[in-house]
Amino acid sequence: MEKLLLLGDEAIAQAAIDGGLSGIYAYPGTPSTEITEYIQRSKLAKTLEIHSQWSANEKTAMESALGMSYAGKRAMVAMKHVGLNVAADAFINSAITGVNGGLIIVVADDPSMHSSQNEQDSRFFGDFAMIPIYEPANQQEAYDMVYNGFELSEKYQIPILLRITTRLAHSRASVELKTIKKQNENSLPSDIKQFILLPAIARNSYKKLLAKQDSFETESTSSKYNEYIEGKDKSKGIIAAGITFNYLNENYKETKVPYPVLKIGQYPLSVLLIKRIYDECEEIIVLEDGYPFIEQKLKSLLGDKKIKGRLDGTLPRDGELDPNNVATALGLEAKIEDIVPEILRDRPPALCSGCGHTDVFNALNEVMSDYGRGRVFSDIGCYTLAALPPLNSINSCVDMGASITMAKGATDAGLRPAIAFIGDSTFTHSGMTGLLDCVIEKTPITIIISDNSTTGMTGGQDSHAFNRLIDICKGLGVEDKHIRIFNPLRKNHKQAIEIIREEIQYKGVSVIIPQRECIRTLERRIKLKKRKTAK
Amino acid sequence: MKSDIILSGVGGQGILSIAATIGTAALIGNLHIKQSEVHGMSQRGGNVISHMRVSDKEIASDLIPKGQANLIVSVEPMEALRYLSFMEKDAWLITNSKPFMNIPDYPDIQDVLSEIKKIKNHIIIDADTIAKKLKSIRSSNIVMLGAASPYIDIPFENFKEALRQIFGRKGEEVVNKNIIALEKGREFALKK
Repeated sequence: MEKLLLLGDEAIAQAAIDGGLSGIYAYPGTPSTEITEYIQRSKLAKTLEIHSQWSANEKTAMESALGMSYAGKRAMVAMKHVGLNVAADAFINSAITGVNGGLIIVVADDPSMHSSQNEQDSRFFGDFAMIPIYEPANQQEAYDMVYNGFELSEKYQIPILLRITTRLAHSRASVELKTIKKQNENSLPSDIKQFILLPAIARNSYKKLLAKQDSFETESTSSKYNEYIEGKDKSKGIIAAGITFNYLNENYKETKVPYPVLKIGQYPLSVLLIKRIYDECEEIIVLEDGYPFIEQKLKSLLGDKKIKGRLDGTLPRDGELDPNNVATALGLEAKIEDIVPEILRDRPPALCSGCGHTDVFNALNEVMSDYGRGRVFSDIGCYTLAALPPLNSINSCVDMGASITMAKGATDAGLRPAIAFIGDSTFTHSGMTGLLDCVIEKTPITIIISDNSTTGMTGGQDSHAFNRLIDICKGLGVEDKHIRIFNPLRKNHKQAIEIIREEIQYKGVSVIIPQRECIRTLERRIKLKKRKTAK
Repeated sequence: MKSDIILSGVGGQGILSIAATIGTAALIGNLHIKQSEVHGMSQRGGNVISHMRVSDKEIASDLIPKGQANLIVSVEPMEALRYLSFMEKDAWLITNSKPFMNIPDYPDIQDVLSEIKKIKNHIIIDADTIAKKLKSIRSSNIVMLGAASPYIDIPFENFKEALRQIFGRKGEEVVNKNIIALEKGREFALKK
């Protein structure tokens, strides 16, 4: 079969296409973005008419995928870990409704917070929803799990969670492809009430979900992704989940791991397999990226001293695992300290030179110097970088959409003026409902929607707000004369300051929309245009 | 054989084009590859790193363990100093000499270069000037790859073939420019 060099994200996308996918639904989020982008760019996916347009947010994505599954087709949702918080309502309930067409939810966790605000571990969410979880060790496994995962999902009428982490998502390796499966035909659920979660029905559905748990565990016990590897030295037994299996093997390149190893790639945990390694070995070291999910279950409340891992300091409590900290945990090498020449300086990410956000912040900083620090509530996007020098403009960044609502709460508490700063794509993701709250209460608030007409931070994906932003604000009830638009260029600095000053004076809802295309997408557009005219 | 290579630079400098060329060259030689990339936040003018692993045997970890890299290739001199703990004892450090100054406290470039010279096996190359002389400033990264090529266990011909595969679409002229850039970089390194 054909072999391709693919990122983990791309392997997942290719497997979905090959596995009979009819639609992927997603909102961009590092490190998951490339899954959807790969399908958007795939000629094969286009020929097969696979849906791949971006959704407004992870919740609408999750629900659309569930709807596709209702109609009998195979669907996938992809998001970063914090996106699952947004989609959680639909996600948890999808376990109770179950599925019709196969449904796989891919969640990319980001331990060490390379591009995120926390390092939450999505396995807890899968466990909470009581559904099977896959955790691939490499790109090929990621491919195989998705390719065959739709069948597992359909067999038990249950959504499947595929949990990956940054290192797998953004690492390339060779992947062998399998033959393409046909998409499902449309079909209604055999029980037409399956998706109605009225209490009387939901109680029954929940019992069905509970009844499936034993089968899920049986599947885990026989899964090829959970492998018990013999070892002569029983002084230790090693449980290695997902990619940590590679870090373990990296430390025994020339030889075999001397200890028994239980490689974990599918959950719920097989008690049979765990019990075997536990009974055979004197102590157990648990290697897992993210939270100590397995370790906590094994250790339980009273703290079994035989279980070692992140909780007892054998491994660091936070941050990613890597070949070195695994080696230290196994007693193979001392901790290698970083060599940092004194001359070395930090080089934090920064707004691009020529970025429109910078011009907005320059104006805002000048206005806010009249009022003092601590009044600008911001959001998730490139503009969050204004928290750093030289701009030092913003005072909060919590979750998608929180700028408007936190500024509202602060205004309610008497902090005036309070400013919200949000991007166009984040606004349509989760800012609109907060704006409606403000309109209903006529909150004296100034909201800046810095519109670069794209989802910039993740690489310039289409924004739902494009060409609609003003109409949305009007539609939600913001008064025409308090929707102020300007072009954030240096030459318009004075105008920007005037507008911001005026709207801060207004004792109701103001929306200021600085509008200038992201210079990165602009560059890309010009390049494409040149290429086209050259042809 | 194995070559464990740390590629470093600043977001936007295109270290991934070097990674892609090494990857393609390795595939031509039927070698195993694992290559981890940086996406997202740090792309915007922050420091970036890519782990590139090539081997004739199966590769376990996507990440190179500290103390085991054979080679650091940096397209920016200060960034060459950020990952020294990854180097094995006899590793080589190959860096571009042209600083990318997007921070207010960038140190004196002479101090940076003398710090690099403390590394036993190092090559400092002015890849930008070499590329400019070839009237192909965008080939600066390929000059860097050329300078690194003697220290990567892949036949040189495979690198050229990789460039033909990658740039073939853009026509003969672009392919040749890049091959010359590769050769110039290699020449520089071998003269050292």
